[in-house]
Amino acid sequence: MPAAPAAKKSRRPSRPAPELIFGDLWEFDPAPETADPKLKPRYDLFIGGAFVAPAAGRYFDSINPANEQKLAEIAVADERDVDAAYAAARRAQPGWERLSGAERGKYLYRLARLLQDRAREFAVAETLDGGKPIKESRDFDVPMSAAHFFYHAGWADKLDYAFPGARSISAHGVVGQVIPWNFPLLMLAWKLAPALATGNTVVLKPAETTSITALKLAEILQEAELPPGVVNFVTGAGETGAAVVAHPAAAKIAFTGSTEVGRRIMRATAGTGKKLTLELGGKAANIVFDDAPLDQAVEGIVNGIFFNQGHVCCAGSRLLVQEGVADTVIAKLKQRIRVLRVGDPIDKNTDIGAINSREQLERIRRLVDAGVKEGATLHQPPCRLPAKGFYFQPSLFTDVQQSHRIAREEIFGPVLSILTFRTVDEAIEKANNTAYGLSAGVWTDKGSRILKMSTELKAGVVWANTYNKFDPASPFGGYKESGFGREGGRHGLADYVKLG
Amino acid sequence: MTRLPITKTPKVYVGGAFIRSESGRTFPFKDARGAFVGHIPQCTRKDLRNAVEAAAKAGPGWARRTAYNRGQILYRLAEMIEARTGELAAALTPGQPKGVAAATREIGACVDRMIHYAGWADKYEQLLGSVNPVAAPYFNFTVTEPMGVVGILAPAEAPLLALLSLIAPAIVSGNTVVALASEPNPYPATVLGEVLATSDLPAGVVNLLTGFRKELIPTFATHAHLRALSGVTSAEETKALQIGAADSIKRLHLQPAESPIDWYDPRVQGLYPIRNLVEFKTTWHPVGA
Repeated sequence: MPAAPAAKKSRRPSRPAPELIFGDLWEFDPAPETADPKLKPRYDLFIGGAFVAPAAGRYFDSINPANEQKLAEIAVADERDVDAAYAAARRAQPGWERLSGAERGKYLYRLARLLQDRAREFAVAETLDGGKPIKESRDFDVPMSAAHFFYHAGWADKLDYAFPGARSISAHGVVGQVIPWNFPLLMLAWKLAPALATGNTVVLKPAETTSITALKLAEILQEAELPPGVVNFVTGAGETGAAVVAHPAAAKIAFTGSTEVGRRIMRATAGTGKKLTLELGGKAANIVFDDAPLDQAVEGIVNGIFFNQGHVCCAGSRLLVQEGVADTVIAKLKQRIRVLRVGDPIDKNTDIGAINSREQLERIRRLVDAGVKEGATLHQPPCRLPAKGFYFQPSLFTDVQQSHRIAREEIFGPVLSILTFRTVDEAIEKANNTAYGLSAGVWTDKGSRILKMSTELKAGVVWANTYNKFDPASPFGGYKESGFGREGGRHGLADYVKLG
Repeated sequence: MTRLPITKTPKVYVGGAFIRSESGRTFPFKDARGAFVGHIPQCTRKDLRNAVEAAAKAGPGWARRTAYNRGQILYRLAEMIEARTGELAAALTPGQPKGVAAATREIGACVDRMIHYAGWADKYEQLLGSVNPVAAPYFNFTVTEPMGVVGILAPAEAPLLALLSLIAPAIVSGNTVVALASEPNPYPATVLGEVLATSDLPAGVVNLLTGFRKELIPTFATHAHLRALSGVTSAEETKALQIGAADSIKRLHLQPAESPIDWYDPRVQGLYPIRNLVEFKTTWHPVGA
């Protein structure tokens, strides 16, 4: 082919598109969501269908990470309380499993509906307790939680259809569940809904920093007249979680959290015969090919890493960009993150809210410092962070090597590490070069390449030309050290039944 | 004058080759009457690591075969077992001609089990995978993928039937395996290697080791490239494997050695042993112009 005529070049002068600068030109008026979260000053444990004071009478303060103000006092459950919770769950289990599937389903439908009724109240409570932007808790966490109950409600009387050829299908019994602080209500719904639909009863421990929406959901369990003991909530820190995992009455443990704690749980349950499902950490590759719709990809990259302040186990924290478009993508990203609004989570215009806890903020800072020290280049937009509360500005790293800690360890914060690649094979190699395998993203215009990448990537969820999409019908879970078992869909249901 | 027969040297089948242990160690194997049969390789942790390497090398190619092709290869394997019924039955009962009828029954069950799983090769996906009706404009589907290299710990009893009942559901989906044969009765597995070698099974898909569980189980537990373990283990072994598996978040499907398993029962086979050894991958593909 002869070289393209030079005239083509001259028709399009290479002037960059004018940049819209928002920055500090205008002050935004505050737009706080004002619905009443209806918090109680003190929350007790929820055992056997009632709120009960902890045996030791100890409470801790749950604070709002946006301003470090106390929201409520939360009970600390010790071994005696955990034991009482298991006793209640055990008493309730046979009756719950004997109930017809249709009746169990009706309770779950009730939960979905009651949660929808109080959606805004729950969204505000979730944002105050965890620091996530109100637009996310309002438009994602709470409606998706209700959707999980609604979806699983319909499975309860259809289990025979879910497992072809199984001679018997039964519940495990009492299930112990430990959930993380990044999606407090949603993770609770992911855990409770399939467990209840299949006839298990539950002892669940919310994360220490985000217990409030679980305890508010306990009010909904009461409103729904769920039989006492079917669901029990024990609050507290790591010791409470360890007691939940160690209790001999637990037939199964379901955990979502870090790979390190997942390992500890595997060791703690070794030899006990307890069934286990683990949804652990991730270091997902988000792969952008040179034929991708770049503006769309940039939005996807931003959503992939800055959604929920990056407190997402499947966050697209390693961006792999094909060399030919790397400069363009990085320039667009830098421009895009300048207009992200970081600040008060309860403000309806906020894009990036508060980091969940001081501890997590320090962990993010440590890893970012390590990135700088190891030689990567840090880019942060100018932005003013609130004086009180835990905040971290959206951050990009370029010049990242695969060996850098920021390319290997889960940061769990709004920090993106950018690497480049030339060929499809190199992209696959780099994407899979991690101990994790929870998720991956692929951006390309070519359908066959999407399917090729999806086949080769060692990850449980692959998003093509999108990122961070979830649905109750869509199985979610990891390969390799991102854990085992699935949540959602028929596949998730399978982890809560015993097949004979 | 009677002719002195040539006896066969028992060897393990690893990476498509018949090898002795790298350590040179063996242990004598005697028949029911106490007569010497042969020296069985006492495989070491290094042999296990080499076998995992062979299995890992064979993995991608085996997983890329079409389901139809894998089905035919498993069927061919059944053909090979059937054709060598006499030899395998004799290997199950050295020195006890009276046991041959029972041994022949075991070989028949092995053939039937292989046929059962051969037929699954192009069917399980339609039962285990799904298209998921998500509430957004995406074509969302879940498919299975093999886990990779699977470690297999065969029980003491039914040295061929149990071993094959554990291997077949692993390889039918594209996994490759490293299997430790029955500890008290390892001899038939060395003969099984010869059957595998003359089937169309690619080298490295099934690797058979003989040796002592006590010596090898710690490496089965912690080897990071073994993505899953399947087998029959004592309570003590189970605990050790579960603790070791935590290092690399390994998947375990272990049945207690303490409760007897009837390997002839068709209920030990089916879709769910295959399901135990696959991963589920969900892809979101946008629907739009």
